[in-house]
Amino acid sequence: MLSYILRRVLAAIPVMIFVALFVFLLLRLSPGDPAAIIAGDTATPEQLEQIRERLGLNDPLLVQFADWGWRLLQGDFGESILSGTPVTSMIADRMEPTISLALTTIVLSIVIAVPLGVIAAWKHGTIIDRVVMAISVLGFSVPVFVIAYVLIQVFAINLKWLPVQGFTSIFDDPGTFAQRITLPTLTLTSLYIALIARITRTSMLETLGEDFVRTARAKGLAERRVLMKHALRNSAVPIVTVIGIGFALIISGVVVTESVFNLPGIGRLTVDAVLARDYPVIQGVILLASLLYVGINLLIDIAYVILDPRIRYA
Amino acid sequence: MFDFLAKTGRRAAPRRRTAAALLAGAAATALLATPLSAQTLKVVMHSSLRVLDPIITTAYMSRNHGYMVFDTLFALDEEYNIKPQMAEGYTVSDDGLTYTITLRDGLLFHDGAPVTATDVIASLKRWGERDGMGQKLMSQIASWDAPDDKTVVITLSEPYGLLMDSIAKPSSNVPFIMPARLAETPSTEGVPEQIGSGPFKFVQDEFQPGVKAVYEKFEEYVPRDEPPSWASGGKVVKVDRVEWIVMADAQTAMNAIMSGEIDYWEAPPYDLLPVLETVPDLTIHVINKMGSTTIGRYNFLHPPFDDLKVRQAAMIAMNQQDVMDAMIGNPDYYTICGAMFMCGTPLETEVGAEGVMEKDDLDKAKALLAESSYDGTPLVIMHPTDVGSLRTQPVVAAQAFRDAGFNVDLQAMDWQTLVGRRASQAPISENGWNMFFTTWVGADVFNPIANNMVNGKGSDGGWFGWPDMPEAEELRDAYAKAATVEEQKEIAEKLQAFAYENAMYIPLGQFTAPAAWTGKIEGVLDGPAPFFWNISKSE
Repeated sequence: MLSYILRRVLAAIPVMIFVALFVFLLLRLSPGDPAAIIAGDTATPEQLEQIRERLGLNDPLLVQFADWGWRLLQGDFGESILSGTPVTSMIADRMEPTISLALTTIVLSIVIAVPLGVIAAWKHGTIIDRVVMAISVLGFSVPVFVIAYVLIQVFAINLKWLPVQGFTSIFDDPGTFAQRITLPTLTLTSLYIALIARITRTSMLETLGEDFVRTARAKGLAERRVLMKHALRNSAVPIVTVIGIGFALIISGVVVTESVFNLPGIGRLTVDAVLARDYPVIQGVILLASLLYVGINLLIDIAYVILDPRIRYA
Repeated sequence: MFDFLAKTGRRAAPRRRTAAALLAGAAATALLATPLSAQTLKVVMHSSLRVLDPIITTAYMSRNHGYMVFDTLFALDEEYNIKPQMAEGYTVSDDGLTYTITLRDGLLFHDGAPVTATDVIASLKRWGERDGMGQKLMSQIASWDAPDDKTVVITLSEPYGLLMDSIAKPSSNVPFIMPARLAETPSTEGVPEQIGSGPFKFVQDEFQPGVKAVYEKFEEYVPRDEPPSWASGGKVVKVDRVEWIVMADAQTAMNAIMSGEIDYWEAPPYDLLPVLETVPDLTIHVINKMGSTTIGRYNFLHPPFDDLKVRQAAMIAMNQQDVMDAMIGNPDYYTICGAMFMCGTPLETEVGAEGVMEKDDLDKAKALLAESSYDGTPLVIMHPTDVGSLRTQPVVAAQAFRDAGFNVDLQAMDWQTLVGRRASQAPISENGWNMFFTTWVGADVFNPIANNMVNGKGSDGGWFGWPDMPEAEELRDAYAKAATVEEQKEIAEKLQAFAYENAMYIPLGQFTAPAAWTGKIEGVLDGPAPFFWNISKSE
């Protein structure tokens, strides 16, 4: 297992190099000129040229890539072209809201969705099943921003229980953190409940039809034990996969939710950087997101082994 | 089976109780939430502050930031009079060549150093490398001297009527004064620190680009005694702290101001104003009465707009009413205005503007097009879809042009792609362009020198589109040297007539953008930019 993990980590290196090269080239090929953005409306061609020179944008692509790559190896992601802020500190500032939202959403979603999916499978074809599925379809179908605005209208504007927007660090003020993270969490949870409940139900239905479940029931095991210990554990692989990918999706940025609740997360950082052609920031964020995807996939694979001892990695 | 239900039921109950307790707790905390500090002004600006150096960019957010942190030698009041700000006063020699400016007492930078004449000279020189009016001024200056720490002597090579107008310029780029050690930074590179002598200090540690910028009152700032008027007069800071919070979503900003989470919103979209107008204790007010103008600009280097008749046909095909209706909608916030140097200014005139002020004369446009060299090649109009204030004009123009007989290729892109592409002088077939639209704050176009669109320097030194029209440059030079206001007006009128006759660009209307603020704050000043001195906040 250890050698498998080591091999996976090593295999991530060429993936990251490819991602870095791809992102770098894609940005250089896309239209837009950071120098023109900085210079504004009245810059002369000479001034533009001087800014390009200073930013190193006139160097051959290979030189630019090598320079960036060399700095990356030293843990230096560069600075924002526009504000001069180090990319690492920009990403670090934006990670806390994003990770907080991802954790609260995933935990709340699992707590609600897995039991819902199990019950729906267990009560397959009954009204309970249909209600759970209807809720799932609704969660999938209603756009996130609609749910967000409805929640804001009810809980923030009408009832005045919660604030409309913003983020406070849990380390600064846990109470305000809880207030501010509640509505965005509920918004995203509506989507993730739908996702996880559906996959739980489908996976459970498949497992409940297996011989070993019939055997477990035949030997007189309590239904709860049959469902939770035998069926759910054997259904866990696809559920864990969906949860893992869902987590990675939030970590790489949920722009709409972040915008509506004014959460300064990774999603908004990415969109702002793309619109402003802030190359170092875009490159940094995409590299980080890729790294997280690789890491989360590795964790998912490890979880498979824990959940299903039949799975072995050579 | 029932056993399972019973057990899960029992287990679920504590969870439900926990969840309910959490929700109730969160709600209770919200109700008991600490009220916003009376001394912190929470503001949502029109955009995010990105570039901190207000000299290297013309971005309005950088200009607004500049007004917080830096101060100016002179400033305009609301009647467009030039008033001393950091200066105590100035004298001009009889031959009009030597300007002697004296600094007032008590000027300090945020690092504690006194402001000296050397700082002023270094700052103005750096500004003069970047700003259009500044470049023109620099070409007229023979020497700079600082006989003592408080005196700046500027000697001109020949009389130049716009020296004071230039250094009192209210909008981008504003000639802000910074320490000489920072002003020595090349003008293509941002200054490494935000140290000014303005009424607010920039809190670098709390700056998060795209999230917020924070300013604290500069306790040692000595305001002038005169009452504030635009950027002139006493800049008395009445709050401890100002936070510019970025909100990407207008609906969120509206909810936030309605719930009192923010105090001031610089630019609510026009379509949300009817909702805001129903909110009690919310003031909706236009602080920049001069407002902005929106324009269409041709590319003069390539067909078909290298042909005057085609440009005239395009100009006649459009009318301001359609653009303003589509873009602003509410007539309270727009004016049909043919004045290239803005309506409401001393240089206002509508000479030559009939083509854009009257409703379409399609027959005339079609006739001109038929007489022209236009061969039916589609016009490439750049359409920035990500900027609310710029996405409407190209659509209205495209329809007007089609009605007049043009073929149109409306190319959607983001604004930054447009910014990069409009700098290209390449032919249309090589990713060139025929037309784009933009907006200008009035203070950036209110005289022939500031207004880039009447620059006739061509592809070397002209503004995007690059008309090569030496006559326009002669008129601009004459304006710069004019000795009296009457003479300036006369020349500005001639230049406007020339610019319309030669279709240098299409002025498409003048509009204002109201700001909104809650009943907790008082003392918001009118101005060419949002100012945060003089504002007090109560609970």
